Amino acid sequence: MGATAPTLEVHTVSHAHSLTRWGILGALMLAMLASLLALAPAANALPAAASVPAAATQASTQELAIRGTIRHAQEPLQGVRITATGDGFTGESITDENGRWEIIVPVKAQYTVELDTSTLPEEAPLAEGQQNPRTVTFGNTSNVGVIFQVGEVAAGGGATFLDTLAERALAGLSFGLLLALAAVGLSLIFGTTGLTNFAHGEMVTFGAVAAFGLAATGMPVWLALGIAVLLGGALGYAQDWGLWRPLRRRGSALVPMMIVSIGLALAMRYVIQFFFGGSTRQLPGAQSPVIEFGTVAITRNNLTSLIISAVVITLLGILLLKTRFGKATRAVADNPALASASGIDVDAVIRMVWVAGGMLAALGGILWAYYRPGASFNMGQQILLLIFAGVTLGGLGTVFGALVGSILVGLMVEISTIWLEADLKYVGALFVMIAVLLFRPQGILGRKERVG
Amino acid sequence: MDFALILGNALGEIVSPITAAYALGALGLAVHFGYSGLLNFGQAGFMAVGAYGFAISTLTFNAPLPLAVLSAIVCSVVFALLLGIPTLRLRADYLAIVTIAAAEIVRYVVTTNSLTRVTGSANGLANFERGFYALNPFSSGTYNLGPLRFNDRTLWVTVVAWSVVLLCALAVWLLMRSPWGRILKGIREDEDAVRSLGKNVFVYKMQALVIGGIFGSLAGILFTLPTGAVQPANYGTELTFFLWTALLLGGMATVFGSVIGAMIFWVVLSLTQGLLVGLIQAGIVTFLSPAQAGQLRYILVGVALMLLMVFRPQGILGNKKELAFS
Repeated sequence: MGATAPTLEVHTVSHAHSLTRWGILGALMLAMLASLLALAPAANALPAAASVPAAATQASTQELAIRGTIRHAQEPLQGVRITATGDGFTGESITDENGRWEIIVPVKAQYTVELDTSTLPEEAPLAEGQQNPRTVTFGNTSNVGVIFQVGEVAAGGGATFLDTLAERALAGLSFGLLLALAAVGLSLIFGTTGLTNFAHGEMVTFGAVAAFGLAATGMPVWLALGIAVLLGGALGYAQDWGLWRPLRRRGSALVPMMIVSIGLALAMRYVIQFFFGGSTRQLPGAQSPVIEFGTVAITRNNLTSLIISAVVITLLGILLLKTRFGKATRAVADNPALASASGIDVDAVIRMVWVAGGMLAALGGILWAYYRPGASFNMGQQILLLIFAGVTLGGLGTVFGALVGSILVGLMVEISTIWLEADLKYVGALFVMIAVLLFRPQGILGRKERVG
Repeated sequence: MDFALILGNALGEIVSPITAAYALGALGLAVHFGYSGLLNFGQAGFMAVGAYGFAISTLTFNAPLPLAVLSAIVCSVVFALLLGIPTLRLRADYLAIVTIAAAEIVRYVVTTNSLTRVTGSANGLANFERGFYALNPFSSGTYNLGPLRFNDRTLWVTVVAWSVVLLCALAVWLLMRSPWGRILKGIREDEDAVRSLGKNVFVYKMQALVIGGIFGSLAGILFTLPTGAVQPANYGTELTFFLWTALLLGGMATVFGSVIGAMIFWVVLSLTQGLLVGLIQAGIVTFLSPAQAGQLRYILVGVALMLLMVFRPQGILGNKKELAFS
C-alpha cells in the first residue's frame, strides 16, 4: 500500500542486487552439495529406485494374496508352514530365508489361516495370546497381512507396563532432545526475525546428507560429523546473507517470507534428492548394541544421542543466559528496534542466530539419521511438523519453551506407541499441538500477549 | 526427439482433468488467502477428505453417486469447522501451522494399517468411479478435437471436471462482487475496521474457510476420477505447495488466476519433462538420468515459487493493490 515513486526505484535497484546474490547463493549451495556427494561413490547409483516400488505394487494388484513375515528376536524364521483354507480352496506356504510367506488365493473370501506350530523352532514358540488358527477377510485391497508373533516376550507381553513405559520414555527423551536441537534453532530464528521457516527441515536433512557424503570419503566418523555440523552453520550463514537479509532490507512482510521459505524448502529438498537419490542410506555405525539398565534397554546410539543433545542444549542455555552475545540475542528477540537503539548490532546478532540455527539443525539431522535409522532426502520434512509442534507447544519464539515443548513431543510420540500403531505415532503429537493452541495459544512458556 | 509429441502432451495438460483439479484446489486457496487472508497450508488435507469421503461412502456404504459427492462435501465442511474454531481467532501463522498439521493427520490416518479395511492403508482405494462413468452420455469411440484425442471415458471426465471448475469460478466471481465479498476483502485489508462496523469477523472467516474447503474436496474427487484410484501418498504437503505455486502464478485475488496458474504449472512441467527426457534419449544431455530430470522440474517449481513471491507477488493476472499482505 502507498508505495511512492522513490521506494519503487529502491526496489528495482535491490532487485538487480538480490538477483546476483541469489545467483551466488544458488551456485554456492549447489557446489557444496555436488562436491560432497560426488565424493560419495554410491551416491548416484540408484536414481531410479524410487519409481520401482510403485510399478511393483501395480503389477501385484492382479492377484490376491495373504502374506506375512515371521521373526523371532529380529531374526527371520525359515521353514515355518502356514496354511489357508476357505471357499473350497486350500493353499500353503513355507517361510523363505527372509521369514516371508505368501499364499495366493483365487477369490476375495473368508479364509482360515493356521500356523503349523510343529514347524516352529523349540526356542521360539507362538507368543501367548496369538490366535491360531485365525480368520481373515479381504477388505478393498488385494492383499491381507497376517502377523504371527513368536517368542515368549513378543510386544512387551512379558514385561510389566511400567518397564515398557520407562523404556518408551527413555527413547522419547532421546528423540525429544534431538527435536529440541532443531526446534531451538527455529525458535531463535523466529524470535529474532519473525520468520516461520519452512525450510528448516531441509537444514536438518542437509546435516545428515553432508555427514554421509563426508564419511563416504573415508575420513574418521567423528571428523565427518564435525565438519557436517560446521557446514550446516555455513548453510545458515549463506541463507541469511543471500536471501533473508536482502528480504529484510526490502521490508518484506512475514507472510511472503514464509511462502519464500516454502519455495526454498521445495528447491532444497529436490536438489538434495537430485544428488543423493531417493533411497535411504546408513551413516557409519548405524547398528549399535543394546545397553540394559536393570529392566530398561536403550541402544547405544540413542543413549549417545541423548547425552550429546543434552550437553549441547545446556551449553547453549549457558551461552544465552550468561554471555554478552546471549543477552544481545534475547534483547533482539524482545524488541529489535529498542535493541538497535541501545547499540546492539541487530544484523550481526541475526547472522549469528542463523549460523547457530544451521549448526543445531545439522546436528539434529545427524542424530535423527541415527535414530530413524538412515539418511534420506525427505527425512527433514518428516519431522518438520514435529519441530513446529515442539516450538508451538512451548510458545513461539521462546527458547526454553521450544526445549520443553520438543521433549514433550518426543515423549508423546514414543509413549503413544504403547497403545497406538507405530504408523500413527506422529498423529498424537500433532493433535495435542492443535489442542494446546485451542486453550493456551501462547504455549506453555510463552508470554501472554495478543496473538489474534 | 519428437517435438510434435512433446508439444501435443503439453497441450493435453491444458485441458486434462488433473489440471482442472489443481485449478479448483487453487481456487479454494484463492478464496482462503487471496480474498480473505487466511493462510491455509492444508489444502491437500481438504482434497484428501473429499477424495476419501467420496471413495469410502461409495465402497463401504454403497452410496449412489450424488450421495457420495454430498457426503464428501459434508466431511470437508466438518473438517473446516474443526480447523477453524480453534485457529481463526489467532494470528495468520498459527492457522498455517494448524492447517498443515491437520492435513498431515488426515494423511497418517488414511495410511495407517489399523484402518486397512476402510481406507486400504498405503495402497489406497480403487473401483469407486463406476457410478460416475455409468452416467457417461458419450458413446464409446475416439473423439478428436483439433490435436487432442479423447476416448469416451476421458472426454466425459474432462467435460465434467471443467464444468465444475467453471461453475465454481462463476460462484466465486458472483460472491466476491456481492456485499459479502466486500466484507471479506475488508477483513483481509483491516480486520479491526470491519469489526468496528459491527460485523462478526469470525463468522465471515469461517464461511470463507468452509467455501474454499468445499472447493478443495471437489478438487479431491476430480483428482481421483481419471484413474479411479486414491492413494494417500499423493496428498502430502507437497500437493498443497504446488497448489500455492499455481495460485501465485496466476494471481491470488483473481477468479481465473488459479485456472491459468494451474494450466501454466502443468504445461511447464510437461514441457520440461518432455524436453529433458528427449535430450537425454538423444544423447545430448548425458549428465542427467531421467529420474533426475523429474527432480530438476521440482527444483524449478521451488525456485519459481520464491522468485514469484519476491518479484511478482500479485501473479500474472493480479493487481498489486489486492495483495493479502502489503
